[in-house]
Amino acid sequence: MWASFLEEIPRFFTYYNGIFLLQAGARTIGLSAIGCIIGFAIGFFLAIIRISRERSFLPMRLFSINFVEFFRRVPFLVTLMLIFFVCQALKLQLSVFTVAMITVCLIASGFIAEIVRAGIESVHITQWDAAEVLNLSMAQKLRLVIVPQAWKVILPPAFSFFLSFIKDTALASQIGVIELTYTGKVFNNKGFSAILVFGTILMMYFIISYPLTRFGRWMERKLAISKH
Amino acid sequence: MQYTIHFSQVLEYIPYLIGGAWISFQIAFLAFCGGMVIGLAGAMAKTFGNRILKAVVSVYVTFFTNTPQLVQIYFIFFGLPQFGLTLSSYEAVLVGMTLNAGAYATEIQRAGFLSVRKSELEAAETVGMSLLQSVRYVILPHLARVLYPPFSNLYIIMTLGTSMAAIFGVEELTGRSFNVNAITFRSIEIFSITAGLYILVTIAASFILLYFGKWLFRVKGKVF
Amino acid sequence: MPYLSIEDIVASYGDDVPVLAGVGFSIEKGEIVSLIGPSGSGKSTLLRVLVGLTKPKSGRVCLDGVPISYVNKKALREARDRFAIVFQQYNLFQNMTALRNVTVAPIKVKKRDPRQVEEEAIALLEKVGLGDKLHVYPDELSGGQQQRVAIARALALKPDILLLDEVTSALDPELINEVLDTIRILAKEGMTMLIISHEMAFVKEVSSKVVFMDEGKVVEIGKPKEILDNPKTARAREFMAKILRH
Repeated sequence: MWASFLEEIPRFFTYYNGIFLLQAGARTIGLSAIGCIIGFAIGFFLAIIRISRERSFLPMRLFSINFVEFFRRVPFLVTLMLIFFVCQALKLQLSVFTVAMITVCLIASGFIAEIVRAGIESVHITQWDAAEVLNLSMAQKLRLVIVPQAWKVILPPAFSFFLSFIKDTALASQIGVIELTYTGKVFNNKGFSAILVFGTILMMYFIISYPLTRFGRWMERKLAISKH
Repeated sequence: MQYTIHFSQVLEYIPYLIGGAWISFQIAFLAFCGGMVIGLAGAMAKTFGNRILKAVVSVYVTFFTNTPQLVQIYFIFFGLPQFGLTLSSYEAVLVGMTLNAGAYATEIQRAGFLSVRKSELEAAETVGMSLLQSVRYVILPHLARVLYPPFSNLYIIMTLGTSMAAIFGVEELTGRSFNVNAITFRSIEIFSITAGLYILVTIAASFILLYFGKWLFRVKGKVF
Repeated sequence: MPYLSIEDIVASYGDDVPVLAGVGFSIEKGEIVSLIGPSGSGKSTLLRVLVGLTKPKSGRVCLDGVPISYVNKKALREARDRFAIVFQQYNLFQNMTALRNVTVAPIKVKKRDPRQVEEEAIALLEKVGLGDKLHVYPDELSGGQQQRVAIARALALKPDILLLDEVTSALDPELINEVLDTIRILAKEGMTMLIISHEMAFVKEVSSKVVFMDEGKVVEIGKPKEILDNPKTARAREFMAKILRH
């Protein structure tokens, strides 16, 4: 077994396979990064709606709550299937990557909305009152007072979510997105031994995730220090 | 839009899907329990063990928390047979999820251990408690209260994580929804119902865990 | 005609028990009225109503003959042009320096000339004794200093009436006097103020009138010496006995 294993290695680690793997890795990172960025924009908006106390906002608040809870309580794979078939039914003719991107953005916005909400709620309510009696508008309150204080509470869990999301994108392989996990299946099907192939894929995820994890911890430490 | 939604064709499969939810629960529960055992052992090893033991646990935790569960299961299912260890889909998923959970559980447990403050132990000492008594009356309740929320959260995440077993042919909820889809092709209806079942299951789990926690450990919190 | 007249204010949080069950009294221009009473009596709520944070169910507020409604956003903004409030704590915006805290509203809301606003702000901060802390952040200021900046910020909007909601209650004892000194300065300048406080000695010294509230109603009104030394009603007597024991 070890003989065949050693024989495989030069066949596997070729230049073209390397490029293929790197491109797949880029797609993995791309899906998670863009998903988180757009997810943050949508999630921030959803969080603001949810904490607003105006009666006229009630239908939007209900929508926000349901939206967020849906995408947090349904597995990635099931959401992916739903989006895939909805796009198909609407005859949208989107590439699998686009479908995966839509899914990723929706799911991320659900999780990030909760993170943003927790961050905003961490700002003491008197800050809202003080801003209110100075006649600051809602936009001014958020921009000048609340968000500058909330972002320190939002950033660590948001980054941590980004890290775990990189691993979740592995499921996009199931609709054919050519990201890291999919390339694993491709190489395995081509006849390379599973241990070599999936071992390599695991290492590639590790190489992406571990430095970012260390960075995240460093960032948390710096933010904790700057708070005191 | 030519695709029209017909739920009626799919309703008869709902009991089948609910049966799948039961399988999902089994997998999640077993893997969670196994993970907690590993977590306890790992946290003890990292807190009280020698340098080699600490290093081994560190490598295990770092590796399993920085790689996707799906690929871990791929490795176990397709790779281990080359070492002579062939597992069925169900077994591979269970082993993979257990090892994955164990890594996260180790971290949760370790954070719990570190959160026991010296001042609490000193207070117990000054009141005259023996070591055993301070463990029983001070440390364990504190640990239970601190560990309960992250472990509840992990359990919910794992419940959703069982969905990837479908990729390996396991007939839990998602797997069964794939089967029904292959028969009826009513994809949107089926996956909507499946999504709805996952939502129901996780909401029920959240409530049960929350009220259980409030009753037993005086844990605070809310579901929505 | 009184400068500020509060008539029969009824207010509650939610639909059940009213926190204010018909509160009314009046304040003359330049008067300093102290509001005392047990916690839960509705004192803070009354201030919140005046400044538009809590909507009254019924009642009237008239300032200088002009009734103040709290019905729509425009009315709220006008109410806050005339009343300024300082809370017990967490007043200052933690992400802004002392100077910026004072200048943010006049510049961003009133849209006044930034240079002039800054000049006035510096003068105000000097008046409260913090001219050397212009560019310091709240977490580097003591509680007393923060409250003084909060007072400067309230004054920057040139209010007709200053509302002070237990502004020393959250402070360490040695920091209370610097804030009280600032209030004394304002009193001397003739600022009309409505003060909620537990500092009975200060209340006696600085107020022209004391209003005792309990369970959402005004129970007794009188001159400081009268109410504090010799209250007429039983509830006021109970309260004073509890407070003055130490």
